[in-house]
Amino acid sequence: MKKNPLSFQVDLNPEDFLPATEEEKQSQVVMRESVSFWKDGFRRLKKNKVAMVSIVVIILVMIFSFIVPSFYPYSYDQQIKGANNLAPFTYSASEQAQIDAGESVFPHIFGTDKMGRDYAIRVMMGSRISLLVGLIATAIILVIGSIYGSIAAFFGGWVDLIMMRIVDIIYTVPDVLLIVLLSFALKAPLEGLAKRPGFGWVNTVGTNLISIFIVFALLYWVGMARMVRSQILMLKESEYVTAARALGVSNGKIIKKHLLTNCIGTLIVTTTLQIPSSIFTESFLSFLGMGVAVPLPSLGSLASDAINGIGTYPYLLFIPAVAISLIILSFNLLGDGLRDAFDPKLKN
Amino acid sequence: MAKYIVKRIALAIVTIWAVATLTFFLMNMVPGGPFLSEKAISPQATAALEAKYGLDKPLGEQYVTYITGALHGDFGDSLKQRGRTVADIIKMKFPVSAKIGGISVLISLILGVFLGSIAALKRGKFLDNFISVVSTLGIAVPSFVVCTLLMYFLGVKFRVLPTMGLLTWKHYIMPVAALSFYPTAYIMRLMRSSMLDVLGQDYMRTAKAKGLSGKAQLFKHALRNAILPVVTYVGPLLAYTVTGSFIVEKIFTIPGLGGEFIGAIQGRDYTLIMGTTIFLATLVIIMNVVVDIVYKIIDPRIKLK
Repeated sequence: MKKNPLSFQVDLNPEDFLPATEEEKQSQVVMRESVSFWKDGFRRLKKNKVAMVSIVVIILVMIFSFIVPSFYPYSYDQQIKGANNLAPFTYSASEQAQIDAGESVFPHIFGTDKMGRDYAIRVMMGSRISLLVGLIATAIILVIGSIYGSIAAFFGGWVDLIMMRIVDIIYTVPDVLLIVLLSFALKAPLEGLAKRPGFGWVNTVGTNLISIFIVFALLYWVGMARMVRSQILMLKESEYVTAARALGVSNGKIIKKHLLTNCIGTLIVTTTLQIPSSIFTESFLSFLGMGVAVPLPSLGSLASDAINGIGTYPYLLFIPAVAISLIILSFNLLGDGLRDAFDPKLKN
Repeated sequence: MAKYIVKRIALAIVTIWAVATLTFFLMNMVPGGPFLSEKAISPQATAALEAKYGLDKPLGEQYVTYITGALHGDFGDSLKQRGRTVADIIKMKFPVSAKIGGISVLISLILGVFLGSIAALKRGKFLDNFISVVSTLGIAVPSFVVCTLLMYFLGVKFRVLPTMGLLTWKHYIMPVAALSFYPTAYIMRLMRSSMLDVLGQDYMRTAKAKGLSGKAQLFKHALRNAILPVVTYVGPLLAYTVTGSFIVEKIFTIPGLGGEFIGAIQGRDYTLIMGTTIFLATLVIIMNVVVDIVYKIIDPRIKLK
């Protein structure tokens, strides 16, 4: 039959109805490689110069405080005879004699303190203690704060009311009072613990340092808990939570798998910003004389020891002050960068 | 509004009671006591002192006595500073701390809001970058470092300002500067980010479109909306600052409440600890209610529940 030239009818062959081959299917795929949450965030972070510089600074500080001391020629509690209160790059009489005899003596880059201890290694050890306090305390705060906040928000109602009143009370009691009282209260049981076999490490770390961790764990999670609560209150109304509930997923699993993973951005940011504030508090405590036990230094205790001699040896104060400011500054800037990268909603 | 205030006061009383109870038992649980550190004292004298202040009674009874007294406005005598009541000490020391703290909060509020807004308005320009750098540095330096640096350069090295006490206005400069340092930097950051947020809102475009002058846009629309987060921060800040900072008072030798409080804790002056804690907690709670009310005044859309 001849086709009418004006007809729209298409000429079709049986071959046109064959299933598409794999190759043809591939050409139809327009999707690019999927970008995961982490990849996306890190890509944005890499573009942020300030944040990258702060990461480099933090890594450098970590190298100096954790690796360098292990092969540094002096140790933090070694008192060099006759080398009290040396200015930077000067030597004691006996060391000068050694140099004159042709031996090499490692210079005291930052001088020595009044007990004749090399100040450079003390600052490095001090940064180590401050960083440890910052990191460990923040880890404790993160765990307690996020669990507490998510439980309060998820169950709501009476549970929420009571849990948040407890937070209010902890918030209202002056923290200095709690810190002092708790560190006194914890001293005896910790010393008792240290005497038992297998707990000797308690003395090496120092009971004060451990009580600082416990105090942080008991007090400073409230800010984190409030933050997580406000996030979860919003997230728990989402459809995927309803769906998970309809599928019979247990409450614990919903909190862990669905709610907390979805506020990971806020968690990362709050955590990074919590680290400098923990370091801040530790330096304040050391300043009050309730920080780490002597002879272990922390940046705060080094600074407060140096205050009495500020007229004569101002560099003893400036060095730890600069170190602590540098550490806090780089964590703050990194936190800002992470916030921009992982939680663009909070930007500005 | 009235219902709201009644509810808040009821809640506040419960919170203060809980704080007082927590402090009372925690304080007594900790080993040591007010009369242990005085070495020359005989056991009989200690017992007599403890009997005088009722410390030999069971803890529950002490607690009931204290709370009943406190409810009648009697906060007891200081255990260490003989012959002075806790109320006297607070009355004497609080004005000193409140003056320095009040001035410094006022300064940080004005400076912070002003500089923060300027940074936001000049976004990306030199002035913005400069202010941002200063404020980031400002929140990275601990207050005792600021204090000692000020002390060293202005007080010891160049001898421009007096270093101790509070006799003339010159004495106020360094402690106030040290106290305002961190809050100013923080308010600047807060103000900048909330101002940037507000400037991008639709109502700002509307204000511009209907031909409002730059001044009216800024003060009537932008500032009023952007200042809310600052209000939240300044409320509790004011409560904590007027009760005195231990570090600033110690370094500049100022007889304020902050030093008194730390001294009381270290010497286990039980009644003074309780008195100052209740005082501070009350101030914090009052400030939180004030913040809520100020919020309502600034932004009438907010409903108080």
